[in-house]
Amino acid sequence: MPDLSPTLQDGSRIAVIGGGPAGSMFSYFLLNMADAVALDVSVDMFEPRRFCHRGPAGCNHCGGVVSESLVQRLATEGIILPEDVVQRGIESYTLHMDVGDVEIATPLMEKRIAAIYRGNGPRHSEPLDTESFDGFLLQKAQEKGANVIRRLVTDMSREGERMRVRCADEFCDDYDLVVLATGVNSRLMEVLEDQAQEFTRPERTKTFICEFRIGRDVIKKHFGPSMHVFLLDIPRLEFAALIPKGDYVTLCLLGDDIDDDLMRQFFDSPEVANCFPGGIIPSHVCHCFPRINIKAAQPAYGERVVMIGDSGATRLFKDGIGAAYRTAKAAAKTAVFHGIDADSFKTHYAPLCRKIHNDNKMGKVVFGFGSLVQKARFARRGVLRMTANEQKQVSAPRRMSGVLWDLFSGSASYTDVFLRTLHPVYIGSLLWNLMVSNLPGNAATKNPVAGVECDRAKH
Amino acid sequence: MANLGKQYQDGEVIVRQDDTGNCMFVIQKGEVEAVIETDGRKLRLRKMGANEFFGEMALFEKETRTCTIRAIGPTHVLTIDKKNFLKGIHEDPSLAFRIVKTMSHRIRDLTDRLAKYEEDRP
Repeated sequence: MPDLSPTLQDGSRIAVIGGGPAGSMFSYFLLNMADAVALDVSVDMFEPRRFCHRGPAGCNHCGGVVSESLVQRLATEGIILPEDVVQRGIESYTLHMDVGDVEIATPLMEKRIAAIYRGNGPRHSEPLDTESFDGFLLQKAQEKGANVIRRLVTDMSREGERMRVRCADEFCDDYDLVVLATGVNSRLMEVLEDQAQEFTRPERTKTFICEFRIGRDVIKKHFGPSMHVFLLDIPRLEFAALIPKGDYVTLCLLGDDIDDDLMRQFFDSPEVANCFPGGIIPSHVCHCFPRINIKAAQPAYGERVVMIGDSGATRLFKDGIGAAYRTAKAAAKTAVFHGIDADSFKTHYAPLCRKIHNDNKMGKVVFGFGSLVQKARFARRGVLRMTANEQKQVSAPRRMSGVLWDLFSGSASYTDVFLRTLHPVYIGSLLWNLMVSNLPGNAATKNPVAGVECDRAKH
Repeated sequence: MANLGKQYQDGEVIVRQDDTGNCMFVIQKGEVEAVIETDGRKLRLRKMGANEFFGEMALFEKETRTCTIRAIGPTHVLTIDKKNFLKGIHEDPSLAFRIVKTMSHRIRDLTDRLAKYEEDRP
């Protein structure tokens, strides 16, 4: 019997709703693959925002870090992040705790993590000779042949064998496939959940992101090419980082519904204040409380519909742009090589979403351990001592440093990170460091071995 | 504004012939040259620029580097780990497509050069 499941044909039309990294990468890879198999399809990308604007009008509200693994994968794909997109190359993480600080260097001593702006810089910033990361990817998709439509999609529905997309200005058009890449802060996801009982939109939590204007030279001196992360005993705070970029430093707080009380505790911490010149935290010039996806949409596909990036499945707290790349490419491969019906997406796309979802469950366990360390001062001392000693050694395996690096950077899966913590040598070394660092005399003060210099002019 | 990867100065060796390797490299900015040393003579094989890669054979085999790669002027080069690359391939085999395509071009180029060499040989 012939296979009657719908597939993309010459002349098929695809609507991609959202021109962020997921939408742009889907369009780029789909058009690339279609070209390779001589399939003539058209892609319309609906994106009302112009990423050349500064402040909220051009921003997709995110910390703006492209992980080490994604930088490498994009480079392998032939997508090099241009100099004007990369605000700063990150080559180390500095972990700040009440018991001391430690700098964890990148494994190969090279800049492998990119600090970027999703838009064109913070509100009220001067015109910059920089380019938005989202704008750069959108341009890549356009170069492949995607057509960008500056309209806001407010609704979509099934019309016979096709999908109808409606916009706020009453424009509507029919497509063979609709790809949802709106992120989780879009009203469209709520509309779809109300329409379809079988669909549950992603679960979300509130985060906090703000920008401090500090100046390039001061940033170089006080922050260097290092991302500063904090392990503080503040309930509900899972991750906090200061990310240096050009003239600004971005603060990113992730956790369980970040609120004023949590933020006050964070800003009152001396470990945070000590990162800034003179120990004074300046006023921020731009801030937002974006929501992030903490549980995937169910299901992240339907008949002639697929959800990618934050709209579908993403990694817990880390590497959201990396997850956008992975889901976008998997959805594009499914559409070009298998089909655009629900069964095709279930067979070829859903396994990746499940993999991400299952890894996030492991991520919750890993962050659970992290919370225990946050709460226990003796554990923080052990972690600090073990990491600092590893950083002084050149050739010995850096087990704790590797675990922390991958946890902060999102470069490895949570499952991989967790499995490495079960290694007997890791456990033995941690126990030894816990014991030694908490001996009377060692435990009384900040660990001088681990302390990093405030003046980072060496970079 | 910044470049990713590691910066090399003019003439600096990025990869040395006969060394063992476990990564490949993608040029972020600048140019490099591939030089092979044989019987005490140095032959320049090719020049490569931004977005081109080298050292890819180390991802697939455990042999030593076949030639030396040197920076021509200030160059930024990003390292691609074997582990990260192979993990990526496992999840998405099409990640290797560009590498296969480039290797195919290089085999074609070598075949053409060999044919020309055979033709020119007295």
